[in-house]
Amino acid sequence: MAELNAKVPPGPLERKWERHRAEMKLVNPANKRKHTVIVVGSGLAGASAAASLSELGYNVRCFCFQDSPRRAHSIAAQGGINAAKNYQNDGDSVFRLFYDTIKGGDFRSREANVYRLAEVSVNIIDQCVAQGVPFAREYGGLLANRSFGGAQVSRTFYARGQTGQQLLLGAYQALEKEIAKGGVTMFPRTEMLDLVVVNGRARGIVTRDMVSGAIETHLADDVILGTGGYGNVYFLSTNAKGSNVTAIWRAYKRGAAFANPCYTQIHPTCIPVSGEHQSKLTLMSESLRNDGRVWVPKRQEDCAKPPNQIPESDRDYYLERKYPAFGNLSPRDIASRAAKEVCDEGRGVGPGGRGVYLDFADAITRLGRKTIGERYGNLFEMYQRITDENPYEVPMRIYPAVHYTMGGLWVDYNLMSNVPGLHVIGEANFSDHGANRLGASALMQGLADGYFIVPLTIGDYLGSTKLERVAEDHPDVRATEEAVRERTARLLAINGSRTVMSIHRELGKLMWEYCGMSRDKAGLAKALVEIPRLREEFWHDVRVPGTGAELNQSLEYAGRVADFLELAELMCLDALDREESCGAHFRVEHQTADGEALRNDDEFAYVASWDYAGAGKPPVLRKEPLVFENVHLSQRSYK
Amino acid sequence: MHVTLFVWRQAGPDASGAMQRYETDDVSPDMSFLEMLDVVNETLVGKGEQPIAFDHDCREGICGSCGMMINGVAHGPMKGTATCQLHMRSFADGATIHVEPWRSRAFPVIKDLVVNRAAFDRIIAAGGFVTAPTGAAQDANNILVPKHEADAAMDAAACIGCGACVAACPNGSASLFTAAKISHLGLLPQGQPERRRRALRMVAQMDEEGFGHCTFYGECQEACPKEISIDTIARMNRDYMIATMSHRDERVLGGTG
Ligand SMILES: Cc1cc2nc3c(=O)[nH]c(=O)nc-3n(C[C@H](O)[C@H](O)[C@H](O)COP(=O)(O)OP(=O)(O)OC[C@H]3O[C@@H](n4cnc5c(N)ncnc54)[C@H](O)[C@@H]3O)c2cc1C
Ligand code: SF4
Ligand code: FES
Repeated sequence: MAELNAKVPPGPLERKWERHRAEMKLVNPANKRKHTVIVVGSGLAGASAAASLSELGYNVRCFCFQDSPRRAHSIAAQGGINAAKNYQNDGDSVFRLFYDTIKGGDFRSREANVYRLAEVSVNIIDQCVAQGVPFAREYGGLLANRSFGGAQVSRTFYARGQTGQQLLLGAYQALEKEIAKGGVTMFPRTEMLDLVVVNGRARGIVTRDMVSGAIETHLADDVILGTGGYGNVYFLSTNAKGSNVTAIWRAYKRGAAFANPCYTQIHPTCIPVSGEHQSKLTLMSESLRNDGRVWVPKRQEDCAKPPNQIPESDRDYYLERKYPAFGNLSPRDIASRAAKEVCDEGRGVGPGGRGVYLDFADAITRLGRKTIGERYGNLFEMYQRITDENPYEVPMRIYPAVHYTMGGLWVDYNLMSNVPGLHVIGEANFSDHGANRLGASALMQGLADGYFIVPLTIGDYLGSTKLERVAEDHPDVRATEEAVRERTARLLAINGSRTVMSIHRELGKLMWEYCGMSRDKAGLAKALVEIPRLREEFWHDVRVPGTGAELNQSLEYAGRVADFLELAELMCLDALDREESCGAHFRVEHQTADGEALRNDDEFAYVASWDYAGAGKPPVLRKEPLVFENVHLSQRSYK
Repeated sequence: MHVTLFVWRQAGPDASGAMQRYETDDVSPDMSFLEMLDVVNETLVGKGEQPIAFDHDCREGICGSCGMMINGVAHGPMKGTATCQLHMRSFADGATIHVEPWRSRAFPVIKDLVVNRAAFDRIIAAGGFVTAPTGAAQDANNILVPKHEADAAMDAAACIGCGACVAACPNGSASLFTAAKISHLGLLPQGQPERRRRALRMVAQMDEEGFGHCTFYGECQEACPKEISIDTIARMNRDYMIATMSHRDERVLGGTG
């Protein structure tokens, strides 16, 4: 199999993007409108790409499964977005953001992409402010910043606790502007169920109209997937319920390589599980760690006591103790594992002992209840609504939860997958975050990809490629549409006894247990037996009521879970293969004497890219070696 | 907990609907309202019946997907709360709960509790944006925005587009939604050049979509999960008034989208 060519432009790091931009092929403005580009997804990545491409003059078709593009999962992001503006003059720079991101990802991402991300970050803020995004301001009218988990500079821009919402509304409004102008045709409540590949190039998608059930084919010159992450493979996660892997999984089965599937970010500050009925986990913004102190009782016997009856001397502020330089602001993987550890020792608090305290008592004494209310009021309210406890009076209880997936389709420097004409942006691709994503960097990547990178690199592809005409009756197009119809009919015909949700829940438990916060060989091997068994059971015993010719939420859900059942296996294979610990991938067999992740750069400094080899055949691993010319691979230490 | 539900079931846009009664015992007070519906749906599927269709996604009160009339109140009894953030502890054990879709001519029912809110997107498309082409923006700190103005803009920008204001309004008016957007952009320097045009076009589109007029009942503000203030409507009306005087040409254009 051919090597994966990342197409990183030559020259010094700081000049690569500039130079590449100058050298890329252009499409004549008059010709742009003759090109149709499909954008699947209207989150930060998809909406910003669709709007920008339409501004450039392309004919855009944009798809999402929600009833409006404004509801994409990006809307839920709370904490903020990073940018190397150095407005606080605290020593920030493009290089420092680049370095922090590379190091935060445990040296498992591509230098050139990450550098470009840091470079472009500066323009993102300008763009969003120009669109009317109401970022927080200082009294003097300048933009406010805060620091965020894992960073020692204040480079995070935010809009109260609703940063994702405001950024998405900015992109959505730009998108609606283009829809009104006729440059974008929007297809809400439409789900992409397959990718059309003709002569090795991506040429369209097959969709299901979620209201009428109609299966349709849309052809184009380029397909962009901005379909988000697959954290819902764990059933419980901070993701919106509809987030799924289907679009990229279908593309994988049509030839796109899937990179680093096992990298999952676990977020340390979520509201703990309260019972079996739970359908999702709610994230409490990481910004809370700026003022909240994390602790558990020193002694197991104290765990059941009300927290205010446990004196200072009997509390273990374990993050401050173990990681004095970063303390409560330690990066997510470190803070998450530390929480799991103290709970595993039996010192967890709350139902089932799966929780640690996030305490604001000191901050309230120091800054006053009013200031704390101003900073975190809406988060406190949300917490109280869910738990029925008042965090101004008793400490919050938090526990790690699945949050973000760093794996995704492999892309080159142009954000194009190994299938020509298939670009992948935002959380759906694997790029930029390595083995761990730092806070406030996903929003940055989604918008960098959508506003500033893919609109240009697409021009390069279209400008340098001669595309043949493809008609609806091309045999490959027909066959893809037929495959979708068959699969839908098959799901409806099983008529077994189990609900889709019960199988999804079971899959989630397996994944959390064996491919979650820490993994080992025996557990992964076990999962690799259990997952195919569960998949069999699904295809023989699931029950999907109703028909395909109507709004049928059970059918939508069944299709997504069917794909999760396949993805789960690939995640475990990847986790098993990576015999090292890095970032959020913690293999129990590979740790230092004091329990920290132990990387193996000699053997594993590569992107693990998997090719689909056909039904029932093991996928094929291709490695993209990661070369570090500008940073020193150092052990990540936050002590 | 035990609850008795009466749920509006309607197979499709043209089908006639009816309230259906469901009894359930498996309710914990810690469940959200939607998790309670999940449990009911699991039982329905188990019995070979069609589950209740309802829109939802984030389940944390921010995407604006969820929304239903609960005992006649948009998003249910808890103030400032979207349906997904409403918990069963807000109801008494043994409660009887009536669940219906948003009621508004401009939001036709698609199925059960799912309605079509595309009219909201068209109102935004009519002018709810700042025209700022990608890639040429000047440095963000070049235009200062006083903190209180940024905060006020953010208060209005917090609208999640759920449609509760419309459902709660006896006239079925979309004024709170539209006014929230007009206020958000109108309070920022970046929104000034298109301010009047925006007001004209968005208001015209709102009328065209078949939403009712605002007669200041104030029910919208009561139902709004983000507690958007009705003051925004006063602001919208003022912008609109001024705009009709100064932008006559646009008024003709308005509504054509
Ligand atoms: C609670 C929470 C808080 C977060 N906070 C932060 C933060 O503070 N800072 C930060 O940087 N990041 C944060 N993140 C992460 C960040 O929000 C996401 O990674 C990012 O928004 C993903 O954007 P996206 O555009 O790639 O995908 P999404 O926003 O998930 O969009 C996916 C789009 O694809 C569409 N889609 C998916 N599949 C299909 C299909 N088959 N057919 C048609 N359409 C489809 C959907 O309809 C949707 O429009 C947070 C995440 C969560 C869950
Ligand atoms: S104004 Fe309030 S009720 Fe109306 S759509 Fe916005 S958030 Fe919902
Ligand atoms: S499901 Fe998103 S607001 Fe309720």
